[in-house]
Amino acid sequence: MPREIDRDEVQRLLAQGAQLVEVLPADEFEEDRLPGAINVPLRRIDAEVDGVLDGSRPVIVYCWDAA
Amino acid sequence: MSPRAAWRLESLGFGDVYDYGAGKLDWMAAGLRTEGTNAQRPRAADVARRDPPTCRLDERLGDVRARASAAGWAAAVVVNEQGIVLGLLRRKELDGDADLPVERAMRPGPSTFRPYVAIQEKATFMEEHRLESSPITTSNGKLVGLLLREDAVRVARDLQDQAPVAADERT
Repeated sequence: MPREIDRDEVQRLLAQGAQLVEVLPADEFEEDRLPGAINVPLRRIDAEVDGVLDGSRPVIVYCWDAA
Repeated sequence: MSPRAAWRLESLGFGDVYDYGAGKLDWMAAGLRTEGTNAQRPRAADVARRDPPTCRLDERLGDVRARASAAGWAAAVVVNEQGIVLGLLRRKELDGDADLPVERAMRPGPSTFRPYVAIQEKATFMEEHRLESSPITTSNGKLVGLLLREDAVRVARDLQDQAPVAADERT
Protein backbone atom coordinates (compact mmCIF):
# COMPACT_ATOMS: atom_id res chain seq x y z
CA MET A 1 0.00 0.00 0.00
CA PRO A 2 1.48 3.41 -0.93
CA ARG A 3 2.49 5.45 2.08
CA GLU A 4 2.47 9.23 2.33
CA ILE A 5 5.79 10.65 3.44
CA ASP A 6 7.18 14.04 4.35
CA ARG A 7 10.15 15.99 3.04
CA ASP A 8 12.65 14.52 5.49
CA GLU A 9 11.70 11.03 4.48
CA VAL A 10 11.95 11.94 0.81
CA GLN A 11 15.53 13.03 1.36
CA ARG A 12 16.33 9.93 3.37
CA LEU A 13 14.91 7.59 0.73
CA LEU A 14 16.68 9.44 -2.08
CA ALA A 15 19.97 9.01 -0.25
CA GLN A 16 19.21 5.30 -0.23
CA GLY A 17 18.63 5.18 -3.98
CA ALA A 18 14.90 5.74 -4.37
CA GLN A 19 13.52 6.92 -7.70
CA LEU A 20 11.74 10.26 -7.77
CA VAL A 21 8.86 10.76 -10.18
CA GLU A 22 6.96 13.96 -10.92
CA VAL A 23 3.52 13.10 -12.27
CA LEU A 24 2.59 16.59 -13.49
CA PRO A 25 2.45 17.49 -17.19
CA ALA A 26 5.78 17.99 -18.97
CA ASP A 27 5.59 21.80 -19.16
CA GLU A 28 5.31 22.10 -15.39
CA PHE A 29 8.12 19.62 -14.95
CA GLU A 30 10.35 21.65 -17.27
CA GLU A 31 9.82 24.81 -15.25
CA ASP A 32 10.42 23.47 -11.74
CA ARG A 33 11.26 20.00 -10.53
CA LEU A 34 12.98 18.36 -7.62
CA PRO A 35 16.63 17.52 -8.30
CA GLY A 36 17.03 14.19 -10.03
CA ALA A 37 13.33 13.69 -10.71
CA ILE A 38 12.04 12.11 -13.88
CA ASN A 39 8.72 12.99 -15.47
CA VAL A 40 5.98 10.45 -15.95
CA PRO A 41 2.70 12.39 -16.20
CA LEU A 42 -0.23 10.69 -14.52
CA ARG A 43 -2.05 10.14 -17.79
CA ARG A 44 0.99 8.46 -19.31
CA ILE A 45 1.92 6.14 -16.48
CA ASP A 46 0.44 3.06 -18.15
CA ALA A 47 2.23 3.78 -21.43
CA GLU A 48 5.59 4.99 -20.13
CA VAL A 49 6.39 3.25 -16.91
CA ASP A 50 7.89 0.13 -18.46
CA GLY A 51 11.60 0.53 -18.95
CA VAL A 52 11.67 3.87 -17.15
CA LEU A 53 11.28 2.77 -13.56
CA ASP A 54 13.19 0.02 -11.79
CA GLY A 55 10.73 -2.22 -9.97
CA SER A 56 13.37 -3.34 -7.50
CA ARG A 57 13.90 0.15 -6.05
CA PRO A 58 11.54 2.37 -4.04
CA VAL A 59 9.54 4.91 -6.04
CA ILE A 60 8.48 8.33 -4.71
CA VAL A 61 5.80 10.20 -6.61
CA TYR A 62 4.85 13.85 -6.19
CA CYS A 63 2.92 16.68 -7.81
CA TRP A 64 2.38 20.27 -6.62
CA ASP A 65 0.72 19.58 -3.29
CA ALA A 66 -2.03 17.59 -1.66
CA ALA A 67 -4.84 19.70 -3.12
CA MET B 1 -2.88 13.65 -8.38
CA SER B 2 0.10 11.95 -6.75
CA PRO B 3 -2.02 9.56 -4.62
CA ARG B 4 -3.65 8.24 -7.79
CA ALA B 5 -0.25 7.85 -9.40
CA ALA B 6 1.05 5.98 -6.36
CA TRP B 7 -1.90 3.61 -6.35
CA ARG B 8 -1.62 3.03 -10.08
CA LEU B 9 2.07 2.19 -9.79
CA GLU B 10 1.29 -0.28 -7.06
CA SER B 11 -1.35 -1.92 -9.21
CA LEU B 12 1.21 -2.20 -11.99
CA GLY B 13 3.43 -4.27 -9.70
CA PHE B 14 5.65 -1.71 -7.98
CA GLY B 15 5.88 -2.91 -4.42
CA ASP B 16 7.61 -0.03 -2.66
CA VAL B 17 5.79 3.17 -3.55
CA TYR B 18 5.69 6.42 -1.57
CA ASP B 19 3.62 9.56 -2.04
CA TYR B 20 5.24 12.88 -1.20
CA GLY B 21 1.84 14.49 -0.79
CA ALA B 22 3.04 17.96 0.19
CA GLY B 23 4.92 17.94 -3.11
CA LYS B 24 6.79 20.57 -5.00
CA LEU B 25 5.29 23.48 -3.07
CA ASP B 26 6.51 22.11 0.22
CA TRP B 27 9.98 21.47 -1.20
CA MET B 28 10.26 24.98 -2.61
CA ALA B 29 8.80 26.58 0.50
CA ALA B 30 11.63 25.00 2.47
CA GLY B 31 14.08 26.82 0.20
CA LEU B 32 15.54 23.62 -1.19
CA ARG B 33 17.21 23.55 -4.58
CA THR B 34 15.17 22.79 -7.67
CA GLU B 35 16.00 22.20 -11.30
CA GLY B 36 14.30 23.52 -14.43
CA THR B 37 13.95 26.76 -16.35
CA ASN B 38 12.69 28.70 -13.33
CA ALA B 39 15.60 27.59 -11.18
CA GLN B 40 17.85 30.15 -12.87
CA ARG B 41 15.59 33.05 -11.91
CA PRO B 42 16.24 34.72 -8.56
CA ARG B 43 13.65 34.05 -5.92
CA ALA B 44 12.90 35.75 -2.63
CA ALA B 45 15.15 33.40 -0.67
CA ASP B 46 18.10 34.11 -2.97
CA VAL B 47 17.95 37.82 -2.25
CA ALA B 48 16.78 37.82 1.37
CA ARG B 49 19.36 38.53 4.02
CA ARG B 50 19.83 35.45 6.13
CA ASP B 51 21.12 37.10 9.30
CA PRO B 52 18.53 39.67 10.42
CA PRO B 53 18.39 40.51 14.12
CA THR B 54 15.84 38.42 15.95
CA CYS B 55 14.30 38.84 19.37
CA ARG B 56 11.77 37.30 21.72
CA LEU B 57 8.41 38.61 22.86
CA ASP B 58 9.56 39.45 26.39
CA GLU B 59 12.65 41.45 25.51
CA ARG B 60 12.87 45.17 26.18
CA LEU B 61 12.42 47.22 23.02
CA GLY B 62 15.37 49.47 23.82
CA ASP B 63 17.69 46.48 24.07
CA VAL B 64 16.54 45.12 20.72
CA ARG B 65 16.90 48.53 19.09
CA ALA B 66 20.46 48.86 20.37
CA ARG B 67 21.35 45.38 19.16
CA ALA B 68 19.81 45.92 15.73
CA SER B 69 21.41 49.33 15.32
CA ALA B 70 24.85 48.00 16.29
CA ALA B 71 24.50 45.41 13.54
CA GLY B 72 23.46 48.06 11.00
CA TRP B 73 19.79 47.12 10.89
CA ALA B 74 16.60 49.16 11.15
CA ALA B 75 14.43 46.08 11.64
CA ALA B 76 14.22 42.97 13.79
CA VAL B 77 12.12 39.84 13.52
CA VAL B 78 10.25 38.53 16.54
CA VAL B 79 10.46 34.75 16.75
CA ASN B 80 9.76 32.03 19.29
CA GLU B 81 12.16 29.29 20.36
CA GLN B 82 11.34 27.30 17.23
CA GLY B 83 12.19 30.22 14.97
CA ILE B 84 8.54 30.80 14.05
CA VAL B 85 7.82 34.39 13.08
CA LEU B 86 5.44 36.09 15.53
CA GLY B 87 5.99 39.71 14.68
CA LEU B 88 8.14 42.33 13.03
CA LEU B 89 9.80 45.48 14.30
CA ARG B 90 10.39 47.90 11.49
CA ARG B 91 11.95 51.33 11.92
CA LYS B 92 8.71 52.85 13.20
CA GLU B 93 8.19 50.17 15.86
CA LEU B 94 11.85 50.14 16.89
CA ASP B 95 11.66 53.86 17.57
CA GLY B 96 8.97 53.33 20.21
CA ASP B 97 9.26 53.58 24.00
CA ALA B 98 12.49 51.81 24.96
CA ASP B 99 10.90 50.28 28.05
CA LEU B 100 8.06 48.57 26.19
CA PRO B 101 8.26 44.81 25.90
CA VAL B 102 8.63 43.69 22.31
CA GLU B 103 5.25 42.00 22.48
CA ARG B 104 3.50 45.38 22.87
CA ALA B 105 5.61 47.23 20.35
CA MET B 106 5.77 44.78 17.48
CA ARG B 107 3.66 44.60 14.37
CA PRO B 108 1.97 41.24 15.00
CA GLY B 109 1.33 38.68 12.28
CA PRO B 110 3.28 40.39 9.51
CA SER B 111 2.73 39.27 5.93
CA THR B 112 5.27 36.62 5.13
CA PHE B 113 6.28 35.15 1.81
CA ARG B 114 7.55 31.80 0.72
CA PRO B 115 11.16 31.47 -0.44
CA TYR B 116 10.24 30.45 -3.98
CA VAL B 117 8.38 33.64 -4.93
CA ALA B 118 10.01 35.26 -7.97
CA ILE B 119 11.94 38.36 -6.97
CA GLN B 120 10.33 40.54 -9.65
CA GLU B 121 6.90 39.70 -8.28
CA LYS B 122 8.05 40.38 -4.73
CA ALA B 123 9.70 43.69 -5.61
CA THR B 124 6.53 44.92 -7.26
CA PHE B 125 4.44 43.91 -4.27
CA MET B 126 6.77 45.60 -1.80
CA GLU B 127 6.78 48.82 -3.80
CA GLU B 128 3.01 48.85 -4.20
CA HIS B 129 2.48 48.23 -0.50
CA ARG B 130 5.40 50.39 0.64
CA LEU B 131 6.91 47.56 2.64
CA GLU B 132 10.41 48.31 3.92
CA SER B 133 11.06 44.68 4.64
CA SER B 134 9.29 41.36 4.60
CA PRO B 135 10.07 38.10 6.39
CA ILE B 136 10.59 35.06 4.21
CA THR B 137 9.41 31.90 5.90
CA THR B 138 8.87 28.24 5.26
CA SER B 139 5.29 27.03 4.89
CA ASN B 140 5.16 26.32 8.63
CA GLY B 141 6.22 29.86 9.49
CA LYS B 142 9.90 29.35 10.27
CA LEU B 143 12.12 32.31 9.47
CA VAL B 144 14.36 31.91 6.43
CA GLY B 145 15.49 35.51 6.11
CA LEU B 146 14.40 39.11 5.82
CA LEU B 147 13.94 40.60 2.38
CA LEU B 148 14.64 44.33 2.17
CA ARG B 149 12.74 46.30 -0.42
CA GLU B 150 15.92 48.02 -1.59
CA ASP B 151 17.51 44.63 -2.31
CA ALA B 152 14.43 43.24 -4.05
CA VAL B 153 14.01 46.32 -6.24
CA ARG B 154 17.70 46.46 -7.14
CA VAL B 155 17.82 42.82 -8.25
CA ALA B 156 14.52 43.11 -10.13
CA ARG B 157 15.79 46.21 -11.98
CA ASP B 158 19.07 44.49 -12.81
CA LEU B 159 17.10 41.62 -14.34
CA GLN B 160 14.94 44.03 -16.27
CA ASP B 161 18.02 45.85 -17.59
CA GLN B 162 19.54 42.57 -18.74
CA ALA B 163 16.43 41.47 -20.63
CA PRO B 164 16.80 43.79 -23.69
CA VAL B 165 20.46 42.77 -24.06
CA ALA B 166 19.47 39.13 -24.19
CA ALA B 167 16.84 39.95 -26.83
CA ASP B 168 19.39 41.84 -28.93
CA GLU B 169 21.79 38.90 -28.77
CA ARG B 170 19.19 36.62 -30.33
CA THR B 171 18.82 38.79 -33.44
